[in-house]
Amino acid sequence: MATLEIRDLHVTVEADNSTKEILKGVDLTVKQGETHAIMGPNGSGKSTLAYSLAGHPKYTITSGTVTLDGEDVLAMSVDERARAGLFLAMQYPVEVPGVSVSNFLRTSATAIRGEAPKLRTWVKEVKETMQRLNMDPAFAERNVNEGFSGGEKKRHEILQLELLKPKVAILDETDSGLDVDALRVVSEGVNRVRESGEVGTMLITHYTRILRYIKPDYVHVFSAGRIVESGGAELADKLENEGYEAYTKGGPVSGANSEEDVA
Amino acid sequence: MAEAQNIPVGSTTAGQIAVAAESTVATRMSAPPSFDVQDFPVPHGREEEWRFTPLERLRGLHDGTAVATGDGLKVDIDAPEGVVVETVGRDDARLGKAGVPVDRVAAQAYSAFEKAGVITVPKETVLTEPIRIAVHGEGGTSFAHQVIELGAFAEAVVVLDHTGDAVLAANVDYLLGDGAKLTVVSVQDWDDKAVHVAQHNALIGRDATFKSFVVTFGGDLVRLHPRVTYAGPGGEAELFGLYFTDAGQHQEHRLLVDHNTPHCKSNVAYKGALQGEGAHAVWIGDVLIEAKAEGTDTYEMNRNLVLTDGARVDSVPNLEIETGEIVGAGHASATGRFDDEQLFYLMARGIPADEARRLVVRGFFAELVQQIGVDDIEERLLVKIDEELEASV
Repeated sequence: MATLEIRDLHVTVEADNSTKEILKGVDLTVKQGETHAIMGPNGSGKSTLAYSLAGHPKYTITSGTVTLDGEDVLAMSVDERARAGLFLAMQYPVEVPGVSVSNFLRTSATAIRGEAPKLRTWVKEVKETMQRLNMDPAFAERNVNEGFSGGEKKRHEILQLELLKPKVAILDETDSGLDVDALRVVSEGVNRVRESGEVGTMLITHYTRILRYIKPDYVHVFSAGRIVESGGAELADKLENEGYEAYTKGGPVSGANSEEDVA
Repeated sequence: MAEAQNIPVGSTTAGQIAVAAESTVATRMSAPPSFDVQDFPVPHGREEEWRFTPLERLRGLHDGTAVATGDGLKVDIDAPEGVVVETVGRDDARLGKAGVPVDRVAAQAYSAFEKAGVITVPKETVLTEPIRIAVHGEGGTSFAHQVIELGAFAEAVVVLDHTGDAVLAANVDYLLGDGAKLTVVSVQDWDDKAVHVAQHNALIGRDATFKSFVVTFGGDLVRLHPRVTYAGPGGEAELFGLYFTDAGQHQEHRLLVDHNTPHCKSNVAYKGALQGEGAHAVWIGDVLIEAKAEGTDTYEMNRNLVLTDGARVDSVPNLEIETGEIVGAGHASATGRFDDEQLFYLMARGIPADEARRLVVRGFFAELVQQIGVDDIEERLLVKIDEELEASV
């Protein structure tokens, strides 16, 4: 069973000629089949966690470990992490002019699967997956993320998630900027992948809204660069009612942040 | 890095048009056109038409010190049946009909060549196979003149292929009869030390169609000057270009479309990728719509993709309009970087860095490559692009 283990992760970023520590000791274990919601106020470091796991060069790991099935993730290049089974659905997907969606998807699937997918079954697979995400087939001929609306970008991320079938999916604010219809479509896509039971999901979000569609097994509250409280789905209800104020003003809640609670 | 303007696609007379007030197509050249090199002063580098060009790398083509060495070029012409291939003397009436040299090197080439090539496709002859002109540099200095003439309603594809090492100044004339269709692919696949300066003159007959692909990969210095004028209404010109400028290379494309006749069309699209220290690409796109050229429809575009630090692009579109009675006129120029965020996105989907770069560059050029329509040239281009990218890793 695939397991992502994050232990005491510290991450810094260079800004304005100074070094700032963003992550201050994150501990989290995500197993195949589990869904973990990471919730927290803006600026708490949620996205930094997502991008650090994917290997974005902007972030420097100063201490701690990340392993996927015992393999050292931090020693891998960005593409190696993806091929090992990590997937990051980005909050702000990047435009890649000149590269069509269909060419991109096929190149990516070839890299992840280790061989080019058979053309006939591949075309069918892409077409059906796009259909389920309410995406126009003409979409495949557009350039990656170029001129996409916010909703189209998110659907495109989830399309990739469904096609690439990672071991661990990190969804960075996939719900932000979506109207209710788009949120439902995107959530259904995520749920199809979850239902396979083969993916561990880290759902990073500011709002509880998406948790009505995607039911988490665990909810973690993220504040000031670490997990300050962990619980079950009921923790989300508390956040819904009370907001993050207790965490941003009062500091970490005692007893949280131990890995036993998380796993 | 780059001087880049970004002007929205689809600009029309009602929209944004940059008219360079102090520098016009007519006034920016330091001397009027002439066949005689003596009519041009030796450039010192500050003239508008020379300011981007490293004169010291022209190997004397600009100042009279370059001397033809004889046997500098090996030219092989492969022409289908029905095509007339001739070598003629300087007095042949067909030479220089398509245009007059506009700078000193073009005039030098015209003043110094001894024999010219003339290829004629007789009227109403429609070729199914390309005419191939293979120009291979053998290391010397050469001055050349080539005429390609299509009679009325003739149709042909010409591949002008430059390889090897040479110092070459040349004029190439394309004469299109009424209703003729000519596609020209000029490939500059020179060795690293080559210097190639040429003016290409196309004179487009009534209702004729001229399509040109200029593909520049090699050379130490390549400076091409494709120019189009119209001999009658209804003419169409499509000028496409691709260049891949590597470390230390200077590749300069200066275009002029002179809309001197009513109801003609032109469409210019040049794309370049650059990589490495001292890679320098220059693109000058001049479009002149003369007062009498009512009903003109024109668009020009230049895009550059900078792959590494140390490369420089100068991209200058210039549209001058002397009549408002036109269908459309627009231009766009943009220089972008293949940036770390794009690389990260592709790599985060499992694609290795070198493959990601290849994907982006192939994609960038694809829309132009696919339009060439000569299979072996398209394939060679893709292979060439891959080779260039591998050299950079």
